[in-house]
Amino acid sequence: MSSLRDAIVIGAGPAGMTAAATLSEGGARTLVIDEQPAPGGQIYRAVERNSDNASLSAVLGSDYADGAALVARMRASAAELRFSTSAWRIDADGTVWTKADGKVERLQARTLVIASGAMERPVPVPGWTLPGVMTVGALQIMLKDAGLRPCGRLVLAGCGPLFYLFAAQCLEAGVSDLVLLDTAERANLIPALRHLPKAVFGHGPGYLRKGFSLMAALRRRGVKIHRGVSNLRIEGAERAVAASFRAGTHTMRIDLDLVALHEGVIPSQQIARSIGCAHRWNEEQQCFLPILDSMRETSILGVFIAGDGGGIVGAMASAHTGALCALAILKRLDKISDTEFASRKAVAQQALDAHLTIRPFLDRLYRPRDEMLVPADEVVVCRCEAIRARAIRDVVRRGCLGPNQVKAFLRCGMGPCQGRMCGPTVSAIIARETGQTPDATGYYRVRPPLKPVSIGELASQYEED
Amino acid sequence: MFTRVEPGSASLSGGNVLDFEGSPVPFRSGDSVAAALLAAGVSPLRETPVDQSPRAPYCMMGVCFECLVEIDGRQNQQSCLTRACPGMIIKRQHGARTLR
Repeated sequence: MSSLRDAIVIGAGPAGMTAAATLSEGGARTLVIDEQPAPGGQIYRAVERNSDNASLSAVLGSDYADGAALVARMRASAAELRFSTSAWRIDADGTVWTKADGKVERLQARTLVIASGAMERPVPVPGWTLPGVMTVGALQIMLKDAGLRPCGRLVLAGCGPLFYLFAAQCLEAGVSDLVLLDTAERANLIPALRHLPKAVFGHGPGYLRKGFSLMAALRRRGVKIHRGVSNLRIEGAERAVAASFRAGTHTMRIDLDLVALHEGVIPSQQIARSIGCAHRWNEEQQCFLPILDSMRETSILGVFIAGDGGGIVGAMASAHTGALCALAILKRLDKISDTEFASRKAVAQQALDAHLTIRPFLDRLYRPRDEMLVPADEVVVCRCEAIRARAIRDVVRRGCLGPNQVKAFLRCGMGPCQGRMCGPTVSAIIARETGQTPDATGYYRVRPPLKPVSIGELASQYEED
Repeated sequence: MFTRVEPGSASLSGGNVLDFEGSPVPFRSGDSVAAALLAAGVSPLRETPVDQSPRAPYCMMGVCFECLVEIDGRQNQQSCLTRACPGMIIKRQHGARTLR
C-alpha cells in the first residue's frame, strides 16, 4: 500500500489545479487524480493540446486560453498527477480507492479536496432521451476536445451564460443554420434586477459586458432567437427530428438535425454525498449544496470542497476557492504560520468575493422554469430505467416517503448513471407532491462504487497487497 | 451531424482508425471514442436493457452513461471517457451486458 499523503485532490479543473499547486508549493505532499486524460476540467478541457491550434483558439476565445497558465503552474509544482484515473470509493478518513487502466488501488491522505465541479442541470422534457439530443456543454466539449462542430440545423434550447457563450462560439466555428430557443422566463427580470446594484462591484461589470457583447454578436449576425420559450418537446422516433414549443402566444414547430439543452449547472453531488457530507437546499441556485465553513471544509473534518461542487461560482472564482482550501490545509499541517495564513487568506477571499457580486443576479435571471424542475407526467425522469414522472407521483400518492423509497419501488436511480441524472428531479417531484421542503424530502443515499468496477479489477488490488 | 473545424484533421488514410461494427472510423489524435463515433455519424450507440429505446451520448463528460459501448471485448465502457486508439474494436450494445 502507498504511504500517507498530506492531501489528495480529486479533479483537475480550475479549483483542483489551484488547490494542488498551492498545497504543493507550500510543501504538502499532494496527489491529483482526474478521470480525464489531461488537466483542465471541462472549462479548460484540452487547453494544452489546443494552445498551438490557431483556428480553435480563435473560436474558443481568450478566457479559455487563460487556463493554460494554471495548468502550467500545477505542472511546475511537485504535485503528483494521475490522469485517466477514477475515484470509485472515497471514505471520510481520507481513503481513496482509484481505478486506472483496469487496476484498482487504495490511497490514503490526511486531507481531501473534492474538486469534482459541476454538471449540467438535467433538462427533463418530452423526447430528451432521443439520439440527437445533447447538452450545450456536451457540444462545447466536442468543440474543445475534438475540434468538432455541429452541421445541419442546430437548435440550442435553454438559457444562462454558457448558452449564449456557446451560441457565439458556434458562429465563430462556422455553424450556419442556428436557431436559439431562449427559455429564460421574462418574469425573472424584475426580481433579478434587485441584485443588479451589487453587480456593479468587483468583476460584476466585466461579466455584464461580456454578456452584453455576446448578445450583441448574436443579434448582429442575425441569429434566429425565439424568446420566452416554454412547453418544449423534442419529436422523433429513432432520433430527434423536430422541436415544438410555445413562444409567447404562438405554438411553433421547427425541423432540426441536432438539439442541445441547457438550464445552467449544479454541483456534482455524488462524491460528497457518498462520504456523508451534510447538504442543504439552496433556493437561489435551486439545488442542494454541501454545507461548508468559511474555509470550505465540509461537515466531515479534513474533507474540503473546492470550486463549483460547493455551489456554482464560475471558473475564476473556483480557482480562488481552491486556494482557500489549500491554505486551510497548509495551516492545519503547520506548513505556514498564522500570520502568513491570515494574510494569504485575506487575499484569496477578496479575490473570490470580487467574482461573486454577479452571481445573485445571474442565479435569479436564469432560474429554470417550473416545468423543467418538476416535469409533466409523461416525461421520462430516470433515463436509465425509463421511469416517467407519472410513476413517481403515483408511488408518492400511495405513501412513498422519500427518494430512497422511490428507488426501492421503481428502480428509479438504480441504472448505470446511479441517479446522477434523475436525483434532482425525483427530490423536486416528491417535495412538490408532499408539500415538504426539499431539505425534509432529502436526496438519494449515494453509495460506492461511484464508478463501475469489475470483480477482476477489484481482485487486481489484492495481487499487489 | 458533426464536422471538423479543421477539415481533414481525421481521415482514413492516416493511422488513426478504429473499427465500429466492422466499418473503419477515422479519428483525430486525442478524440474520445464517443466523439469519433459521433463524427462518423454513428447513432444510436446502444439500446437500453429496460425498453430497448435507442440512445446516444448526451453529456460527453461521464455523468449520463448513455455512451456505453463494448470496447475491445469489454462491455459497458463509457466511450466519452475513453481515448480512441488505432485498431480499437468497438461494438454497439443491445440491451443488458451478457455474462461471459
